[in-house]
Amino acid sequence: MPIDPTQVQHIAALARISLTDAETEAFTRQLSDILDQFEILQSLDTTGVSPTAHVAGLDNVLRDDEPADSLPAGDTLRNAPRRRGDFFQVRAVLDE
Amino acid sequence: MSELWQLSVTRASQLLADREIGSIELTESLLQRIADVDGRLSSYITVTGDAARQQAEAADRRIAAGEAGPLTGIPMQIKDLLCTGGMPTTCASRMLAEYVPVYDATAVGRLREQGAVLLGKGNMDEFGMGSSTENSAFFPTRNPWDVEKVPGGSSGGSAAAVAAGMATFALGTDTGGSIRQPASFCGITGLKPTYGRVSRYGLVAYASSLDQVGPLAQDAADCALILQAIAGHDPHDATSLPDLVPDYAEALNGNVTGLRLGVPREYFGEGMDAGVRAAVTSAIDQLAALGAEIHEVSLPTTEYALACYYIIAPSECSANLARYDGVKYGYSHQGDGDMWEAMERTRQQGFGPEVKRRVMLGAFALSSGYYDAYYHKAQQVRTLIREDFTRAFEHVDALVAPVSPVVAFPIGERSDDPVRMYLVDVYTLPVNIAGLPAMSVPCGFSDGLPVGLQLIGPHLAEARLLNIAHAYQQATDWHRQRPAL
Repeated sequence: MPIDPTQVQHIAALARISLTDAETEAFTRQLSDILDQFEILQSLDTTGVSPTAHVAGLDNVLRDDEPADSLPAGDTLRNAPRRRGDFFQVRAVLDE
Repeated sequence: MSELWQLSVTRASQLLADREIGSIELTESLLQRIADVDGRLSSYITVTGDAARQQAEAADRRIAAGEAGPLTGIPMQIKDLLCTGGMPTTCASRMLAEYVPVYDATAVGRLREQGAVLLGKGNMDEFGMGSSTENSAFFPTRNPWDVEKVPGGSSGGSAAAVAAGMATFALGTDTGGSIRQPASFCGITGLKPTYGRVSRYGLVAYASSLDQVGPLAQDAADCALILQAIAGHDPHDATSLPDLVPDYAEALNGNVTGLRLGVPREYFGEGMDAGVRAAVTSAIDQLAALGAEIHEVSLPTTEYALACYYIIAPSECSANLARYDGVKYGYSHQGDGDMWEAMERTRQQGFGPEVKRRVMLGAFALSSGYYDAYYHKAQQVRTLIREDFTRAFEHVDALVAPVSPVVAFPIGERSDDPVRMYLVDVYTLPVNIAGLPAMSVPCGFSDGLPVGLQLIGPHLAEARLLNIAHAYQQATDWHRQRPAL
């Protein structure tokens, strides 16, 4: 299934990735090639087949709810690009 | 007399236990080897020589005190996708170029507790996405058998390091073939365990229902020792299996008499190198000569596995990589713009082309209007692929097949054509889709480049696979062949 540059821009927006014009052009071609490979699935009858999300064969893995120490704030924030005190600093979320 | 960097884990472990050598001499030999040849191969992103020397001294003290395990004092490389506390873990991505985890991955921690010596971190395709290690944001790794060829991927740095004697063993990860295919391309032995056999805690997530940690080493006996150390339940990973871990080394009796081996006819299709076909066929003949029964079997859904994988893996990838927002850790765009713009720029500049392709492919497959046709359909096909294997294992004990239809290809040959790159993994992807254990075992050469035999087993049959590989390696010396560098 071929997709067009407008669709690629839409997908990139969903994925929160900015694209240059050159990237949009290349990804339009490459993603169309990849989607072509997926066409084969439509020829396989899967009526009534249940989907598999996971293969570990485990359900409802539970543990006792016991309080325990978590990472100290200093460790949690060690890799933060911007911090203020013991907080991650982010840009304004709401318009002023 | 062979050099210390040439020793297998098993042999080095014996020499250390017998006090014939010390871990410090062994570690120095490996570090010197890295200094001598890694300039040509680029298999390491980070080498931590001083820390390694300290660990080797500590290991020697443990050995002297009689408190050593089989991996105490053995030098290793860890793929840079596995967290190493206090030491950079880049995932070969610009996004994590400066990232220093505050904890070890469980598999890494278990090896450190055993006293294994960490030499450094292995190069790879960015976030594990690729089949050639050309997708590293830093540099490509070269194949030790021919430096104009790729080492495979995504654990290409790990495979090249073991093949070239720059690590006695390595830990890699395998989401669609990323341990087996580079092991095959570099002529070493690799094991992808059953999904859940080894904890994924501290493995930087790519596709969480497919990812698994495993060893790359010289032979099956080495892989058994390493798997023994890393396998088992971990409260930090809810998908790790509670099943008891057997004694893998004890299972290596070298006897395959009467074992039923299935040859899946769909794994010998068009597009396979003649040299690969010849080497794999001759390995199957050898296993028959050792007493195994060979049966042809069919896995009819195989031709749909590539499409199934390239919907499921990118879908999980797009969800997992949503965490790279430039706020909590990793690269962060520092220029003008509001929150969304900064996030979009962060991800544009931090991710390489293949990562962007997969994130977008996943976002597309999960998006409104396409979910049923792609993601849901792929999950249904996943069921059929699992059922193929279940049916086959009612008749045979293990499957034997090629790892890849091709041998190592020239650097640059496939990097602009994603579909051609994906086809390299057509025989390894179904195993991850079904969550099964599988190995890559050196079985010959084609045009001077190594060929790998793939062994695939039912759920938790690692011991059986290791024994089949061991029996084969007792009778052949393909796994002892080393590149001249």
